[in-house]
Amino acid sequence: MSQATAELVRRELGPVEITPIAAAPGYWKAVGQRLMRDPVTIAVTVILLGIIFISIAAPLVAGADPYAGSVLARLKPIGTPGHWLGTDETGRDLWARLCYGGRLSLLAGILPVSISLVVGGFLGILAGYAGGLVGTLIMRTMDVFYAFPSILLAIAICGLLGNGLSNSVIALSVVFIPPMVRISETVTTQARHLDFVEAARASGTTTMQIIRHHVLANVLGPILVYATSLISVSIILSAGLSFLGLGVTPPQAEWGLMLNSLRQAIYVQPYVAALPGVMIFITSMCFNLMSDGFRSAMDVRLNK
Amino acid sequence: MNMTADPRDRGGPAQPLLLVNDLRKHFPVRGGLLGRQIATVQAVDDVSFSVRKGETLGIVGESGCGKSTTARLLMRLIEPDAGDVVFDGDPVGDRHGLSVNAMRRQMQMVFQDSYSSLNPRMTMAESVAYAPRMHGLPAKEALSRAEDLLAQVGLNPRQYARRYPHELSGGQRQRVNVARALALEPRLVILDEAVSALDKSIEAQVLNLLAELKARFNLTYLFISHDLNVVEYVSDRVLVMYLGRVVETGPVEAIYARPRHPYTRALFASKPTLDPDRRTKEMPLTGDPPNPINPPSGCRFRTRCAFAQAICAELVPPLAAPLDGADDSGAHLVACHLPHAQQVLHA
Amino acid sequence: MLIFAARRIIQAIPILLGVSLVVFGLVHIVPGNPIDLLMPPEASPEVIAQMKAAFGFDKPLYLQYLLWLGRALRGDFGLSVFNATPVWGQLITALGNTFILAILAAIVGFTLGTVCGLLSAVFHGRWPDKLFSAIATTGVSLPHYWCAIVLVLACAVLHDWLPAQGMGDDSLPLYDRLEYLVLPVATLSLIPMGVIGRLVRATVLEILSQEFVGALTAKGLTRWPVIRHICRNAAPPVLALMGLQFGYLLGGSILVETVFNWPGSGNLLNLAIFRRDIPVLQATILVLASFFVVLNLLVDIAQAAIDPRIRR
Repeated sequence: MSQATAELVRRELGPVEITPIAAAPGYWKAVGQRLMRDPVTIAVTVILLGIIFISIAAPLVAGADPYAGSVLARLKPIGTPGHWLGTDETGRDLWARLCYGGRLSLLAGILPVSISLVVGGFLGILAGYAGGLVGTLIMRTMDVFYAFPSILLAIAICGLLGNGLSNSVIALSVVFIPPMVRISETVTTQARHLDFVEAARASGTTTMQIIRHHVLANVLGPILVYATSLISVSIILSAGLSFLGLGVTPPQAEWGLMLNSLRQAIYVQPYVAALPGVMIFITSMCFNLMSDGFRSAMDVRLNK
Repeated sequence: MNMTADPRDRGGPAQPLLLVNDLRKHFPVRGGLLGRQIATVQAVDDVSFSVRKGETLGIVGESGCGKSTTARLLMRLIEPDAGDVVFDGDPVGDRHGLSVNAMRRQMQMVFQDSYSSLNPRMTMAESVAYAPRMHGLPAKEALSRAEDLLAQVGLNPRQYARRYPHELSGGQRQRVNVARALALEPRLVILDEAVSALDKSIEAQVLNLLAELKARFNLTYLFISHDLNVVEYVSDRVLVMYLGRVVETGPVEAIYARPRHPYTRALFASKPTLDPDRRTKEMPLTGDPPNPINPPSGCRFRTRCAFAQAICAELVPPLAAPLDGADDSGAHLVACHLPHAQQVLHA
Repeated sequence: MLIFAARRIIQAIPILLGVSLVVFGLVHIVPGNPIDLLMPPEASPEVIAQMKAAFGFDKPLYLQYLLWLGRALRGDFGLSVFNATPVWGQLITALGNTFILAILAAIVGFTLGTVCGLLSAVFHGRWPDKLFSAIATTGVSLPHYWCAIVLVLACAVLHDWLPAQGMGDDSLPLYDRLEYLVLPVATLSLIPMGVIGRLVRATVLEILSQEFVGALTAKGLTRWPVIRHICRNAAPPVLALMGLQFGYLLGGSILVETVFNWPGSGNLLNLAIFRRDIPVLQATILVLASFFVVLNLLVDIAQAAIDPRIRR
């Protein structure tokens, strides 16, 4: 506060010295604080971090080569010495396969959502803020792709592009872009009509500045919540694609692929055969709960 | 009037700060099978007025008469269909005149809803400092200017600078909005129903604040409101609008003591008063305001006017001096065809 | 209201056209000549040229599209490359089978979901809420194809209660054939149950927190009329989502059908992909997607009929 202002305050508002009250934390800090107090979200985040860590550190943690199989050791049950989670149908250690499989499964889950977040978010914010012809064009194009049920579109694209992780990532990104665009456009349109955005326009600042300072902060929250919930869908879908033989190709380790190749094994070692599905379920569930926690933390209404 | 020399002043005190000529805005109404335009809302039609330096011009009218649309047209938040706006001698938007951006540095606006006018995720100081920062002022200076302005509007910056909108009351927020409007050091401030949403006691405080600031910073005000008493209190001159058109304008005493247009008279007559000497003798306004989508031809008030004649349906009455010649400097203008309707009926 | 419906229908037409374009275009975007996909690699150039002419691949692209579209609208999708039977007939039979599954799964899933959601909302914060919310979230997070495997494991392999695969022979009596339905329907109903449950809970909670509910109770209305009011307000978004979910059930049944070997449209799609049976592939995707568009259209119109605010 400048000297002149201090003088003004003293003159206008009297000699009473008001002790400065601690400033209210910034919005994002408040969200962070609320998240810290939510036990479910914390537990879920810890589990997720654990899974991610194990996947990244697979060479250290796995203890066995995920590709090395021996016919003699096929389909050993859980608790076999040396293979504590058993082996798969070609004798490869299941724990190692799960660890390495986590890499591809998580990648196939997170990468498409990130791509669609950037592309879809950009298109949606553009459509929402600019409106008019550009907005209509973008939204109508998205409508056509939105007309396909997601699995169908993903399968169609994958089926025609061929196998492989990159193809399945491309397919899933294409599938997720329309809902991303839709969400970003809706939220941006709402924000655009708020008075403070009008006031910012009236102060003669450029569109980019307005978007950066006023629109983005108010729009990112809901978009991020939706993106997090999409990750859980993406993990299930990508594993499903591999399950159908459209995604990752053998002999790579990936949870969906493992689920498929172990299908016949349920008659012999049912619990081993079900393990990859457990991993998919846990990971997907954690992302879902994290998304819910995020949404509750950001809802000012529930907390004030 | 306190006219210390403003370096941006171009034409001296005689030149109006704001000159508005034949401003028009029609909104299309879409419907039907293919979403084509089926009608227009004639929100603002041929509105002309001027604002002198240092005065407060009050704009009154019912809801839907086009007051807020006019304000947004002036700020170029909406593009006008037709009409000129001249700011201190420079046409706005013209190649040789003032650019819209430059105009916005000299003309600012305070909105009605104090809460939605502020970004819920920005502190008070950040909100006030936003515009100067975006226009090039270094962040530190912008923040210190913001704190200074907060003090000027009566909020202790040490207490309020780092607060969020939801932590302040309506009156306090509106003060912040005023501070924000003053951040770019404008010469003209449009107050669009700025005090309408506040409790009466708070309203009085904010009005007094506005008067102080006007004197301190040499401001000119455009005060839009539907509250007749408040407009009488703050304005030097008054503009009365009805269904997108100006029906009467003049000095505040003249308008309030001797309203000429039948609409203005009915408007004042419908003001409830406890004064037994001022009983209502004539019929107050009846009926609902007609739809701005299909306004009546000619004089738009004729469907509710007790004096309507055939000519009222054919010709739009021009805004001109009262027909009985009784008025003074030509400052009091009425838009009505009929001298009989313009005569003041003495109680 | 009628104008809104008519406008919506007109808006749907370019979308359907777009869908057909995408379906047609996908095949041609794929790297490699469509002919190569159909022909064995050792075919001679003359045979290839002959096949090209026969299929019309030598004509310009837009002409191919129009011809294909024209035939499709008449139900003529050509012959399956794999077994040379008309595509349309196969598709209809398969669709019918999927329809059976979808309808039953929808009924089971929507009912359970609504019940879970309502109970969660009414007992908000207490243990029933946590329990039912957990069930709903589980339903959404489970990979349903894995669930299928687990169910097969539990009910068909470990204990011989239910058949693991297929639809059952026509010769079996109805009661026995119903057994084949249980597992697929149970699996398919999981996701709708979860999704609908979560939405019902959120919607009812929001309505309960609104002031007009307090006003109704203050006016002295007893429980039942208040519940009716709540249901009428909660209905539009929930019904809309139910419509969408039904569309997903129809179009997205491929994974479950693969596990259970149920001869539905999803299974047909799966086989078509692996046999590179382009005509079947195109026809299935086109019909399923078009059905989805029409379903969305009906849902929009129904929503507008219930909620007057939606009609613009």
